[in-house]
Amino acid sequence: MKTIKLLSLSLIAAMFLNSCSDDDDAPAPIVEQEVITTVDIQLEDVNNSDNTATFVYQDADGDGQVDMISEDNLSPNTTYSGTISFLNELENPAEDITEEILEEAEEHQVFYIPNNDLDLTTTYNDVDNDGNPIGVSFTLTTGDASEGVMTVILIHEGDKFAEGASEGVLTEAVGGETDIEVTFDVNIVE
Amino acid sequence: MFQMKILLFCLLAFTNFTYSQNCSLNISGQVIDLHDNSPLFGAVVQIESLNKAVYTDDQGFYKIKNICEGKLEIKVSHTSCETKYKTINLKSNEEINFKLEHHLEELNEVLLKGKLYDADLNSSISNQIKTKELEKYSNSSLGDALKSISGVSSLNTGNSVVKPIIQGLHSSRVLVINDNVRLQDQQWGVDHAPNVDINSAANITVIKGASALKHGGDAVGGTIVIEPVKAPVKDTLMGKTILTGATNGRGGTLSSSLIKAYSSGFNFRIQGSLKRLGDLKSPNYQLTNTGQRENNISFGIGLNKIDYGIDFNYKLTNSEIGILRASHIGNSRDLVNAINRQTPSFVDDFSHDINNPKQEVTHQIFKLNTFKKLKNIGEVSLQYSFQNNDRFEFDVRRGDREDKAAMDMNLKTHTVLSQLEWTTLENFDSDFGIELNTQTNFPNPETGVRRLIPDYEMNSAGIFATTNYSLNERWQIDAGMRFDFSRIDAQKYYKTSSWQELNYDELFPEFEVEIDGSQILTNPTFDYHNVSGTLGATHTFKDNWKLISNISSASRAPNPSELFSDGLHHSLASIELGDLQLKSEQSLKAGVELKGKIDDFGFNIQPYYNYINDFIVLEPNGIESTIRGVFPVYNYRQTNARLVGIDVSASYQYQNFDILSNFAYVNGEDIEREEALINMPPFNMSNTITYRESEWNNFYVSLNSQFIAKQNRFPDNNFTAEIIDTNTGEFEEVLVDISTPPNAYHLLNFSSGMDFKMQNTDFNINLKINNLFNTNYRNYLNRQRYYADEIGTNIMLQLKVNY
Repeated sequence: MKTIKLLSLSLIAAMFLNSCSDDDDAPAPIVEQEVITTVDIQLEDVNNSDNTATFVYQDADGDGQVDMISEDNLSPNTTYSGTISFLNELENPAEDITEEILEEAEEHQVFYIPNNDLDLTTTYNDVDNDGNPIGVSFTLTTGDASEGVMTVILIHEGDKFAEGASEGVLTEAVGGETDIEVTFDVNIVE
Repeated sequence: MFQMKILLFCLLAFTNFTYSQNCSLNISGQVIDLHDNSPLFGAVVQIESLNKAVYTDDQGFYKIKNICEGKLEIKVSHTSCETKYKTINLKSNEEINFKLEHHLEELNEVLLKGKLYDADLNSSISNQIKTKELEKYSNSSLGDALKSISGVSSLNTGNSVVKPIIQGLHSSRVLVINDNVRLQDQQWGVDHAPNVDINSAANITVIKGASALKHGGDAVGGTIVIEPVKAPVKDTLMGKTILTGATNGRGGTLSSSLIKAYSSGFNFRIQGSLKRLGDLKSPNYQLTNTGQRENNISFGIGLNKIDYGIDFNYKLTNSEIGILRASHIGNSRDLVNAINRQTPSFVDDFSHDINNPKQEVTHQIFKLNTFKKLKNIGEVSLQYSFQNNDRFEFDVRRGDREDKAAMDMNLKTHTVLSQLEWTTLENFDSDFGIELNTQTNFPNPETGVRRLIPDYEMNSAGIFATTNYSLNERWQIDAGMRFDFSRIDAQKYYKTSSWQELNYDELFPEFEVEIDGSQILTNPTFDYHNVSGTLGATHTFKDNWKLISNISSASRAPNPSELFSDGLHHSLASIELGDLQLKSEQSLKAGVELKGKIDDFGFNIQPYYNYINDFIVLEPNGIESTIRGVFPVYNYRQTNARLVGIDVSASYQYQNFDILSNFAYVNGEDIEREEALINMPPFNMSNTITYRESEWNNFYVSLNSQFIAKQNRFPDNNFTAEIIDTNTGEFEEVLVDISTPPNAYHLLNFSSGMDFKMQNTDFNINLKINNLFNTNYRNYLNRQRYYADEIGTNIMLQLKVNY
């Protein structure tokens, strides 16, 4: 009887001590680590390094509401070499998520999808260990002057072997989950 | 009875009389049941040395006349009870009362016939599942077992997270009481299964309504009461082991329990179970990442004297549940794709591995309970319990964050419950109690993901009084009231932009603490006062038909999720926002139960009407466009709701066959909007035919048919979103159909089993085949119905040993 009492008392004591260890201070703020706040596309004319274009989508505070989408003009019938980078600007200094994507290249692919009005094509310039494109580095070739939108989609854990995927065609067969989906207004003008 | 009389006659015939002393003394008294003080009829009271024996009458009274002075040993025995001896030195007429203890098998039934959970004594409308039936679900979950009760369904996330729905309501509206402790395990979450090891339960009672006031006043839907095996008061060692193997998931469950008890009242109990299941399989494909692991253990030590007792109990449940990989999606376009493609986007070969997304939950309960019977008053009891709940949810994440939980919450709850059962007044059986509760929630900031539920502290106090009055043999009336006060004190970071957008900067400026970058720290504090009550009457007809009518009112304060939730749910690609302005919801439920028997035909009919004021519903309310694409935003809204329905069960016995039929229908309506409530169980019917041959070692073979209709009443929560056609690059208005329920389906289940004995050990073997024809179907009440079919045929073989 005495042992039971002692046992239970010590258990209760242990539990109270345990439960009181959380202090009453304000909780620590959480800096979201995984959020991508910024998509930054840099284009450079392969024949004229002065001819560049930039497309940026920014949600600086990561609240889901877009803060800024830049639009830019491209020259017709021009070949651009392009890179895309993904940043988390909630961290200081901003964290470059692109590195993480490249580390897990087999699980990621960026798709560039212009609408019908916009006369441009993209091809991939990089490959993962399976020989499939990643899409961080790419070539963008413009056609005649036109105006439209281009959607950029980053797919995580899709089927990169699905038909058309390596040519940048995003079909239902690719599946996976969308990590980024942003749309830019693009003008191709003389 | 005839044999008893012969026995009595023989015993009396051999009675010797001695005349040397005063031999005209009498011993009289009453023999009652130790557990519920009910009189024991037909107990044998013997003085073996004198060859005297008498039986107790139907009030438990006995009298042995003409006994001589001197030392005597009295023996009291009763079928299914432990025999008791008492030695006395008789000098004058004596009155001696005996309390007998039932054997284990009957004990759990007897305890239930006690005061708390028996519909026979209280007007609560309830159903019960007993040990034998529960054992069949050793490899399944609490929710699966409860579905065998008419009027109970489940809200599933896949096949492993099963939340019971009582008469249309679930989650925070259903209380789960495990061994007299109210589970505090983040039960608000629709994808949080109750942390109960079904193998630890001896019986489970479902109370449909708020009439179990002792356990809380917020049971808008109902209360589930789980009771473990009780230790008998006798020298014994008993236990059982159940081993179940299943083809679907290629795994099984091992469960074992052991009780050591002494006639002194001292006892030790230990029970544990292990479950291992790999990926489940639907008829056409593997359900990748739906494996499950469970490790559960409980032990107890107690002293149970007749008039007092003390008991300590510890329970641990630990589970790791894989969430269907294909159900983790990015945005509305992914959702549309998933709905259109009809097969999951991730199908791998079978594996026992559990990868992300997954849940890992550990729940611990420490309980110390003591009671004392007070003469002429009743029984007082005091219980302290501590619950520690650790919940980790792992998401599909980039880089080394895979191993870091996206949600990591610790919930600690201390509860003191003190109670007085007052039985002084004749025909009255009353209960008074007070409950104090303190709870802290700690979401770990290390996750690197904003908290879905903030840090909070909640203190609450409740008082209740219930009474049960036996008017006469045919009528019983009962009533109860409960008052609860609770204060929730939270510390939450809002994004400054959303704090302003929700207009909280004007509504609740007093909650603002400080601004930290793009976030604002706030300190929302709310008080809630809740009143609940129950009133009912039970009438027993001459032919033992019974009519129970009950009115109960429950009052539920908004839960932390309804108040504070703030973030993205990957399972439905939705953003969910809590609402600080929510009030308590109050229900008024009227239920009637009529049960009876006509020869071999038995029936039980339970119609009900439940009106809920300020019913809290979650519904989509707009579209948000983000860097990840578009999402519907879900908000909470309060409305008045009405649920009306009927649960029926009927049984018929013909020679070796018995037929059991259950059906249930519920109709839920949002009265303000004049539209259906979401997630109402569709009409469902279950019919079972069983053939039994007790001479062949209790052999039985049983076929069960389950029909689930299509739910035609549902709210239109469909939304349209501008979604890109990835072939053309053009955006189109797409209707995202998340509302339309799947088609009706019909399943056949087979089971068979028998008992056998080897060297004095009882074995029992059972074969169960679920979804016999490998039917392809989807279930309206499965949150993953957009992504994959339900599981196909599952063959389970179970071996049980009693020792």
